Amino acid sequence: MTTEYRKPLPNPAHWPASKPFWEAAKRHELVMPRCRRCDKLFFYPREVCPYCLQSDIDWQQVSGRGRLYSFTVIHQPANAAFLDDVPYIYAMVQLDEGPRMISNLVDIAPAEAKVDMPVVAVFDDVTPEWTLVKFRPA
Amino acid sequence: MRGQTAIIGIGELPTRRTYPGRSMYGLCAEVARIAIADAGLSKGDIDGLVVEGGNTTPASMADYLQIRPTYSVGVSMQGASSTTAVTTAAAAVNAGLCNYALIVMGSARDDRPERAPGSRPPGGGGAGSVGAEFEQPFGPAQGAGTGYALMYRRHMYEYGTTPEQMAKLAVDQRFNALKNPNSAFQGVPITIDDVLNSRYVNEPLHLLECVMPAAGAAACVITSADRARSAPNKPVYILGAGLEQANAQIWETDKITTTPARVSARRAYQMAGYGPRDIQFAQFYDCYTILIAMTVEDAGLAPKGEVGPFYESTDTTYKGTFPINTDGGQISCGQPGLAGGFRHVIEAARQIMGRAGERQVVKNDLCLVNG
Ligand SMILES: [Zn+2]
Repeated sequence: MTTEYRKPLPNPAHWPASKPFWEAAKRHELVMPRCRRCDKLFFYPREVCPYCLQSDIDWQQVSGRGRLYSFTVIHQPANAAFLDDVPYIYAMVQLDEGPRMISNLVDIAPAEAKVDMPVVAVFDDVTPEWTLVKFRPA
Repeated sequence: MRGQTAIIGIGELPTRRTYPGRSMYGLCAEVARIAIADAGLSKGDIDGLVVEGGNTTPASMADYLQIRPTYSVGVSMQGASSTTAVTTAAAAVNAGLCNYALIVMGSARDDRPERAPGSRPPGGGGAGSVGAEFEQPFGPAQGAGTGYALMYRRHMYEYGTTPEQMAKLAVDQRFNALKNPNSAFQGVPITIDDVLNSRYVNEPLHLLECVMPAAGAAACVITSADRARSAPNKPVYILGAGLEQANAQIWETDKITTTPARVSARRAYQMAGYGPRDIQFAQFYDCYTILIAMTVEDAGLAPKGEVGPFYESTDTTYKGTFPINTDGGQISCGQPGLAGGFRHVIEAARQIMGRAGERQVVKNDLCLVNG
């Protein structure tokens, strides 16, 4: 028996622009939108490239490797569904390929986390529909 | 725009945990009356209105106050709404769009049931937003401190800033609040140990480094320099202003230890014809300690990365060599919605008018305000 997942699921802002990101996550792949004209990756997914405002976009699989750009250890979450997890690490990750994303750093005690430590993506299938991209120490 | 407009009247309701039975509009109307009277005007003189544009609209505020301004606008700039409102009102007066602009903002805190504790996602959240898609699933902290803690941690990493240094900042501000009857914390001193021993909301942010949601309201009246000369108060001339738009999502910010104040302060200095060495005291937006600290650096009052040593060696109380947030700021007064940030404008004007009572600063001609 699985218990119901009570934490907030992604509530997309620019659907379906971000759909390929979430479909890839479900396959346990991390992909980033790439502008074909600028040859630049960007995040979050948009209908247009934020550099040139053209809509000539494809998706590139990235390594999932990066650095812990910064982090905060959450003791008092906004949403009570996270109370069982405190203290946990809310992280900003800088991917090796450039873009940054917000995530959780898992498989580490909060006191052991260090800014700039290498991290790698892991995929958390929180519901049959949604997989969250999290990170662990590399 | 340099020196072409001035604040001539101010109003502030005491910041309190709650105002039972009062609404935001009621508090705003009360404080508007105070500011209009302080300017030596009557309600009929007000022909400009600037409100925060999110929870209130200009039309609803004008209706509640029964005024018919010929220039009216709502600004939606979160914490920077009040300083943006001042800039907008001054620009409108300077352009001849109105003569007497009223700015009013407030919060009754608990007159909005959707704001019950824990029921409302913090900034950038809500249904169908970038925050709801890429931040909320990872469990941000209560309040708006998640991003500020990321900045704080990175600042510690890049520059060696310590929680002890940020605690000194909080203690200096609380010292100022002890002399402020409008503070919700008047008469409650704190020590550096108190700050460091207060619980974490989210590390490295201790509770006593964060604002407390509160209720209250603030207002001011802005007019042209010509009209200001016949006003009852010493005019508080607006010498310069600058703005740089911040990012909605923190991961979009290239260098998270630098704030928009680096650009906005430079532009304000340029317009005013003054620089950081000329500034005598400062009122800086302070939802969290680290934001004031980074603003001190970005406004050129301390070299980048050296705000920690700056606070160790500088008395920033109203008695000190460089007073900052002389009324205690939001962290030591409470945050009545956007009137919390507005209070920095009101206190700057109060100090320049020479009406700050026991916490009056001696050098009170030139203040830098950040929103
Ligand atoms: Zn492009």
